[in-house]
Amino acid sequence: MGNVIGIGAAPKRKEDQRFLTGRGNYVSDIKRPGMTAGVFVRSPHGHAVLRAIDKSAALAAPGVIAILTGDDVADDGLGSLPCGWGITDAKGVPMKEPPFPMLAQDKVRFVGDMVAFVVAETPEQADEAAELLKVDYEVLPSVVGVLEAVRLDAPQLFADVPNNICCDWELGDKAAVEAAFKKAAHVAKLSLVNNRLIGNPMEPRAAIAEYEPGTDRFTLWTTSQFPHVVRFLMGALVLNIPQHKLRVVAPDVGGGFGVKQFHYGEEAVITWAARRVRRPVKWVASRSEGFVSDRHGRDHVTEAELALDETGKFLAFRVKTLANMGGYLSTFGPNIPTNLYGPLLGGVYTTPAIYCNVKVVFTNTVPVDAYRGAGRPEATFVLERIVDVAASEMGIDRVEIRRRNMIPKEAYPYQTPVLVQYDSGDPMGCLDGALVAADVKNFGIRKAASASKGKFRGLGYSTYVEACGLAPSRFAGRLGARGGLYESATVRVHPTGQVTVMIGTHNHGQGHETTFAQIVSEKLGVAFENVDIVFGDTDRVQFGMGTYGSRSLVVGGAALSKATDKVIAKGKKIAAHLLEAAEVDIQFESGKFSVAGTDRGKTFEEIAGAAYVPHDYPLEVLEPGLEEQAYYDPVNFTYPGGCHIAEVEVDPETGTVTLLNYTAVDDVGTVINPMIVEGQLHGGIVQGVGQALFENAVYDEGSGQLLSGSLMDYCMPRADHLPMMKVATHSTLCTHTPMGVKGCGEVGTIGSPAAIINAVVDALSHLGVTHVDMPATPNRIWRLLQNASLPVAAE
Amino acid sequence: MKPFAYHQPDQLPDAAKLLSSIEDSKLVAGGMTLIPTLKQRLASPVALVDLSRLENLRGITDDGATITIGAMTPHAVVAASKLLQTKIPGLAALASMIGDPAVRSRGTIGGSVANNDPAADYPAGVLGLGATIVTSMREIAADKFFLGLFETALEPGEIITAIRFPVPLRAGYAKLKAPASRYALVGVFVAKFTDGVRVAVTGAGAGVFRVAPMEAALSGNFGPSAIAAIKIDTDGLTSDIHAEADYRAHLVTVMAKRAVDAALS
Ligand SMILES: Cc1cc2nc3c(=O)[nH]c(=O)nc-3n(C[C@H](O)[C@H](O)[C@H](O)COP(=O)(O)OP(=O)(O)OC[C@H]3O[C@@H](n4cnc5c(N)ncnc54)[C@H](O)[C@@H]3O)c2cc1C
Repeated sequence: MGNVIGIGAAPKRKEDQRFLTGRGNYVSDIKRPGMTAGVFVRSPHGHAVLRAIDKSAALAAPGVIAILTGDDVADDGLGSLPCGWGITDAKGVPMKEPPFPMLAQDKVRFVGDMVAFVVAETPEQADEAAELLKVDYEVLPSVVGVLEAVRLDAPQLFADVPNNICCDWELGDKAAVEAAFKKAAHVAKLSLVNNRLIGNPMEPRAAIAEYEPGTDRFTLWTTSQFPHVVRFLMGALVLNIPQHKLRVVAPDVGGGFGVKQFHYGEEAVITWAARRVRRPVKWVASRSEGFVSDRHGRDHVTEAELALDETGKFLAFRVKTLANMGGYLSTFGPNIPTNLYGPLLGGVYTTPAIYCNVKVVFTNTVPVDAYRGAGRPEATFVLERIVDVAASEMGIDRVEIRRRNMIPKEAYPYQTPVLVQYDSGDPMGCLDGALVAADVKNFGIRKAASASKGKFRGLGYSTYVEACGLAPSRFAGRLGARGGLYESATVRVHPTGQVTVMIGTHNHGQGHETTFAQIVSEKLGVAFENVDIVFGDTDRVQFGMGTYGSRSLVVGGAALSKATDKVIAKGKKIAAHLLEAAEVDIQFESGKFSVAGTDRGKTFEEIAGAAYVPHDYPLEVLEPGLEEQAYYDPVNFTYPGGCHIAEVEVDPETGTVTLLNYTAVDDVGTVINPMIVEGQLHGGIVQGVGQALFENAVYDEGSGQLLSGSLMDYCMPRADHLPMMKVATHSTLCTHTPMGVKGCGEVGTIGSPAAIINAVVDALSHLGVTHVDMPATPNRIWRLLQNASLPVAAE
Repeated sequence: MKPFAYHQPDQLPDAAKLLSSIEDSKLVAGGMTLIPTLKQRLASPVALVDLSRLENLRGITDDGATITIGAMTPHAVVAASKLLQTKIPGLAALASMIGDPAVRSRGTIGGSVANNDPAADYPAGVLGLGATIVTSMREIAADKFFLGLFETALEPGEIITAIRFPVPLRAGYAKLKAPASRYALVGVFVAKFTDGVRVAVTGAGAGVFRVAPMEAALSGNFGPSAIAAIKIDTDGLTSDIHAEADYRAHLVTVMAKRAVDAALS
C-alpha cells in the first residue's frame, strides 16, 4: 500500500513516467482502420478575391478521394466559426462580427487562410494533389499593422466594417481621469508596441475524425485544451451535429499556451469530411503551417499617460490602445485586449481614476487570440513601464515610487476603479522579499564590474498583479461572454477504495495528474498511487470548460474539492448506518470514519466496499454506490502577483542583451506541489523572456507575407539564453477558493517582460534612453545607442 | 517530400557516375540543409546520391604545412580535433559555433562549402585561410570558389572530396549569432601568414568576401586597434528583419577586432 501524499508535498509527476519513456499518446500517434490523409490548401496571399477554384487536375491525381472548398461548405449549409465573446462599444453598440467561414468564401484575408481541403489515401498523395489545385486569386493590397489599418485610405477587409474597426471599446471614468490630469503636478507619457507573438507549442496541431454510419456518431481526436467546448461550438454551431452524437477526445497534448484553446476551422472541416468520405481523416500540421494558422498573441500599439502629484502619488492613468485581431474573430479574440486588459491597469497601486480605450482592429494577419497571460502581460507592461518613466522624470527612486503607491496589505479586499476587486495580496511583502533575494543592495558593485569590461548593467522591477481563475460566470456574462466559466469534477470511488477522478480541465504539461491526485489523497486519506485523473474525453468526462487562464486548480480544483466533500458526506451516512450511530456523530479523519468519543470506526476502503454491496441498506434514505459530482463557479477572479527583478548586461558594441539574473517572488496562494509551481514559474518567465528579448512576428505591409515564418527566423528562447532563476513564493491565501489557491500558470509570463525591459532601459539610462520596444534585439539596441549618442537625444 | 530514388555508392567514381548520369540527381551529405528543402517541397530531385559510405571522404590529415579535412567530416569532429585545436584553433572554434549539437554531428564541411549559404561559417574559414577545395575533377582556390548567393565554381557532377588548409601563424574567428538560426549575423575569420593577413566576412552580404583595407592594416600591425577605425561600406550588405545593413557594416569591424583578439589569445 502506498502512502498519502498530500497538499504541500512534491512527489515526482505521475504523467512523466509515460512522457519520459516515450509512451505518451498524442493525436499524431493515433491510427484508425481505413484512415485517409488530409491537407489544407492555404492562401499564399494576405488579401485577395477568391475568383474560382478548378479542382479537375487535382481530382485526377493518384489516390485523391475528395476535395472540399468553401462552395461545398455553403452547399451543406454549415455555420461560421463562432466567437465566444460579444463585446460592445461605449454606446452599447455590439462589435462588428463578420462571418468566419471554415473554408474561405469570396475572399481570403490572411496568408494561411484555408481555401480547400484535399483528402487522399496518403499524405504524399494529398500533397501532390494540393499542388495541382488551381486557385484563381485577384490579389488585393494587404494591411497588417493596426496604425495602417485604421487609416481612411487603408484596404478594407470587410465591406461592412468601416476603417477595419471591430469595436471601439472603453472602460473607466473618462471625466474623472480628465479632471485628475488637470490638477496633476507631473504627467508621464509613453508610446509603445507590444510585439506580436507565435506560441509554437512543441506538438503541432493535429486532428483525426471518424464517422460511424451504424450509430450516426462522430469521434474527433484533436489537440485541444478544451474538448467539451469544441464539441459544443463545432457540433451545435458549425456542423449541426447533436451533442450526444459527437465525441471529442483531446489525448496527450504537447503544450498549449493558449494556442490550442480555440475552436479551429481545421477541426470542423476534418469532422465534416469524415462523414462525406465515410472514412477516418487525419491531418497533422507542419511547423510552417502552424506559423500561419495557429492563433497569434499580443500585437498592440499603445499611448499611455500617468498623472502624478508632486510627491509621486498616481492620480490617474489613461491608456489608448489599438489591438490587432487579425483577419477574423477567433474564439476569445475580442475579449483578450479588452476585458482581460483594461481591468488590470490598476496593478498593485491605489490609482483612483483609470480610463482605457481600445480599438479592436481587423488586419490581413492570422487571427489574434489568447496566448499565455492573454491581455494581462500587455497591461502589466504598459503600467510597469510608465511607472519607471514617471520615476525617472520626477527623480524618484523606482522602488520608492512603487512603495508610495502600493496597496497596503491591510487595505484588502481592495476595489479598483476598473471593475475588479482584489480579495487578498501583499505586494509590499513580495517586493521586500525580492529585493533581498536579488541582492539588490550589492547591485552597484556588480554594475561597476560590468563597466570595467565596457558593459552596461541594469536592474529592472515589475511589481504586478493579474486576474486569473477564469472566471465568475455572472461577471463574464456581463462583460460579453456567451458561455459560462465554471468547472466540473466527478469523484468515482471504486468498491476497493481506489479513486478515479473525471475532471473538465485538460492537462497538457501542467502536472494535473499529480496535483489533483494530491488533493484527493489528502482529503480522502487514500494512497496517492490509488488516484487516477481522467480528462480530455467528452464520452468519459462530464461537461467542463477546459484549461486556460490559470483556471485548472483554481476552478477545477475547487470543483474537485467540492465533489470530494460530497463523497465524505455520503461516506458518513454509510458509516452511520454500519456503525449504528447518528450521522452527526461520525467523524472523518485520515481515511477513517469513526464514532466520536469511541474507538469504533471503519476505514475508507470498508465504506467503499459497503457502498457497492448494499445487502442491508436503508434504501429509502441511502443509495448504493460512492460517486459524486460537483460543479463550481467562482465568486471572483483570483489575483496572484508578485515582484520580479531582472538584471541584464548590455554589450554596447553589438547591442546584445544578456539576462544575468532573474528573481521572482510571487503570491500564488496555497501551494499544492512546490516543484510544479516552480516549474510553472520557470516556464512562464521563459516565455516572458522570449517576448522581451527574442520573439517577434513580422509581416510585410502590402503583401501580408509573414517574414518570420519559421524557427530559423522566429527566435524562441532557449536554455542557453537563460540564467538559473531564483523563484520563491510569498503567499497570502485567496479568501474565496476552497483551498486558498490562486493559480500560477501565467504569473511568470505576465510579470517578466516589464522587469526585463525596465532593466534594459536602466542599463542605458545614462545615455538618455527612456524606452526600448520589445524584443530588445541587438540591432534595435545598437540603433538606440547610435541615436542616443547624438547630442539631441543625449541631453 | 516527393518520391526519389536513393543511391549509396561506396566508391567515389561510382558516385560521380551516378551524379552525372542521372539528370536532376543531387548529392546528400549530412542532409541538414537538403532534407528540409525536400520536406518543404522546395526541391524535388529524382535521385539522391548519398556520400556517407565514401570512407575516403572522412577524416583529418596532417600534411605538415597543410591540413586536409575530408568533405564528409562532420562539424563536431572538426571542433573536437586535437590536431586542429593545436594547429588551427580558429577553425576548430568556428566549427564549434555552428548551429546546435545535432546539426554539428550531422552537417559536413563539404556540404556547407558546396551549399555556400551567405550566412554559413565555413566559407569564412575557407576563404580566410586561403584553402583549396579538392574535388573529384580538380583543385579550386578559395578565392575562385565562392561566386555569390549559394553559387560556387562547382560544375554539374563535381563532388568536393576534401578541403586543404594552409597552417597559419595565427587565426581566429568571431561571430554574432543570428538569435533564431544561429547562423552568422556577421562572422569574421582572420588569419595571419608569414606573407600577410587575410580577412574574410560571412553573413554580411550575398556571399563571403575579403576586406582589403583590414588585411593591409593587420599586415602592418596585427592587433584590434589597427582596424578599429576601418568602416565597411553598406553597399551590397544585407538588410533583413534581423539586422539592417549599417548595423551589419558596424558588426564587421566589431567581429574583426574580436577575431584578432581570438587569434592572439
Ligand atoms: C538548425 C540548423 C542550424 C544551422 N546553423 C548553422 C550555422 O550556425 N552555421 C553554419 O555554417 N551552418 C549552419 N547550418 C548548416 C549546417 O551546418 C550544414 O553544414 C549544412 O546544412 C550543409 O551540410 P550538410 O552536410 O548537411 O549538407 P547537405 O544538406 O547534405 O547538402 C547541402 C548541399 O550541398 C551539396 N553537397 C553536399 N556534399 C557535397 C559534396 N561533397 N560535394 C558537392 N556538393 C555537396 C548537396 O547536394 C546539397 O545541395 C545549420 C543547419 C541547421 C539545420
